[in-house]
Amino acid sequence: MKYQTQKVAMLYFYGAIGLFLAQILFGVLAATIYVLPNTFSVVLPFNIVRMVHTNALVVWLLMGFMGSTYYLLPEEAETELFSPKLAILQFWMFLIAAAVAVVGYLFHIHEGREFLEQPFIIKVGIVVVALMFLFNITLTVLKGRKTTVTNILLFGLWGLAVFFLFAFYNPANLALDKMYWWYVIHLWVEGVWELILASILAFLMIKLNGVDREVVEKWLYVIIGLALFSGILGTGHHYYWIGAPGYWQWIGSLFSTLEIAPFFSMVAFSFVMTKKAGRKHPNQAALLWSLACSVMAFFGAGIWGFLNTLAPVNYYTHGTQLTAAHGHLAFFGAYVMINLAMMAYAVPELLNRMPTHQTLSKAACWIMCIAMSVMTLSLTFAGIKQVELQRIAGESFMDTQDQLALFYWIRFGTGFFVLVAALMFIGSLFLPKRRAAVVAQVVAQPAG
Amino acid sequence: MAERLTKTGARNVFYGGSVFFFTIFVGLTAHSHYYMKTVSTDEKTLTESVVRGKKVWERNSCINCHTLLGEGAYFAPELGNVWKRWGGDQDPEGARDMLKAWMAAQPSGIEGRRQMPQFNLTDQEVHDLADFLEWASKIKTQNWPPNDAG
Repeated sequence: MKYQTQKVAMLYFYGAIGLFLAQILFGVLAATIYVLPNTFSVVLPFNIVRMVHTNALVVWLLMGFMGSTYYLLPEEAETELFSPKLAILQFWMFLIAAAVAVVGYLFHIHEGREFLEQPFIIKVGIVVVALMFLFNITLTVLKGRKTTVTNILLFGLWGLAVFFLFAFYNPANLALDKMYWWYVIHLWVEGVWELILASILAFLMIKLNGVDREVVEKWLYVIIGLALFSGILGTGHHYYWIGAPGYWQWIGSLFSTLEIAPFFSMVAFSFVMTKKAGRKHPNQAALLWSLACSVMAFFGAGIWGFLNTLAPVNYYTHGTQLTAAHGHLAFFGAYVMINLAMMAYAVPELLNRMPTHQTLSKAACWIMCIAMSVMTLSLTFAGIKQVELQRIAGESFMDTQDQLALFYWIRFGTGFFVLVAALMFIGSLFLPKRRAAVVAQVVAQPAG
Repeated sequence: MAERLTKTGARNVFYGGSVFFFTIFVGLTAHSHYYMKTVSTDEKTLTESVVRGKKVWERNSCINCHTLLGEGAYFAPELGNVWKRWGGDQDPEGARDMLKAWMAAQPSGIEGRRQMPQFNLTDQEVHDLADFLEWASKIKTQNWPPNDAG
């Protein structure tokens, strides 16, 4: 850590980790309801459990993005943050808004569009928090060095805030409602969030592998170019069956197939950069998380996205467990893992210590990736069977579900392993230093 | 990475291309908006009770168990075509009665079966919800879902 104000990032990482655990716990609970459906069915029905699961995910990812930004910005811009006080105030406002929203959900206070359930006043709060954040980071960049990494990161973060405004537009016509809802959901996760992902990954490659900035920056523009050129019109793959014109089946199929390209290029990028590494950074666990991020994102967002995306296939798979399989691995690979990679790198720096528990961190990475992969496979097989029984043979939804129990039990088990791996990861960040490591730290200060 | 492509070149391609594709996307959205209002949905039948029914749908977060036109959670049946599945296109009054009886009977409490909560809807709310589901079932969806099972 070179700049004092980078410290505010730690607050965001603590908040993100807390909500990450909440997300996993509610995920495990939802998986429990799938196999033991009478669980809490009156006090905590499935719709509320799922709402907390998805909202906690989105909020902690945002918190992680903000923490990552506050961490990397001073180093990139070579200047202190414009206002660390504002960043701290912004954190507490965000955390309180999230907490109030979640507690409200438990008492059935919410709006009704998927992922946008936050009550109106909380949505306004989110906009205020986003404006404070953008104000702070934009002024920091303006007074410091401008790099490609910060340019693209800011582009992504501004885009994130702008597209969220569509959350306030809820037309009475259901078809229109759905079309503009995707302006938030799709243009976030298959649009501007990819810019955030790519720029954080590029920062980690520069720091962990010491590669030449010029090389990284050229890659970066190519990756995000591929992301937006494919992702913007790729939105069409959500417009096949919601009352939109038929031409979206052609446009959506073509462009969303190309959405594999940015994810493939991120795998190539991270591995080529690691091969070219100018030095071996002491934090090899952070490097493993970064490389695994690109690989899991490629499978989850790239391959599993493609499995569902061609219109003639999607006609049968739309809204089945195949969608759930893709959703889980895509969010995990791309956005959960980039945040965990950044934490694996930045937390030891922020706490001014050597990355002491690297073996634990690496084991957590492997267990989490394997558990998420098995979860995805079990949901994939459930989805294939669902398509066969329900969509082709025409059996009713519930009769079909009764025949998928085995897959849901497997998914339940994998959720438990994800929880264990998350605790191992948190342990690797915060467990006290071992004696040998303390000595090592005195001998060799970590390379920034 | 090709040596001919400079960083400035890559940057310009990125910004230019993004503006290009986003412009097309906005244009197609505008057309789709018009198409939805005039072709695929019937705005004349989008009555106040349909709008109120959509509010009932949202207030009770039905989307976090069910799917509607394939979007939502995958825990409970698709409802975009439930009106048709329950015979509402032939016998609307029959379908309304079924919906009312169904909502009143939840949760079933049957062991080992997924439970739908009791939402304590008023007669008016059930009526509005039926109107909303009926209206939704008439959206022209390129013939999705493949069959009545949804």
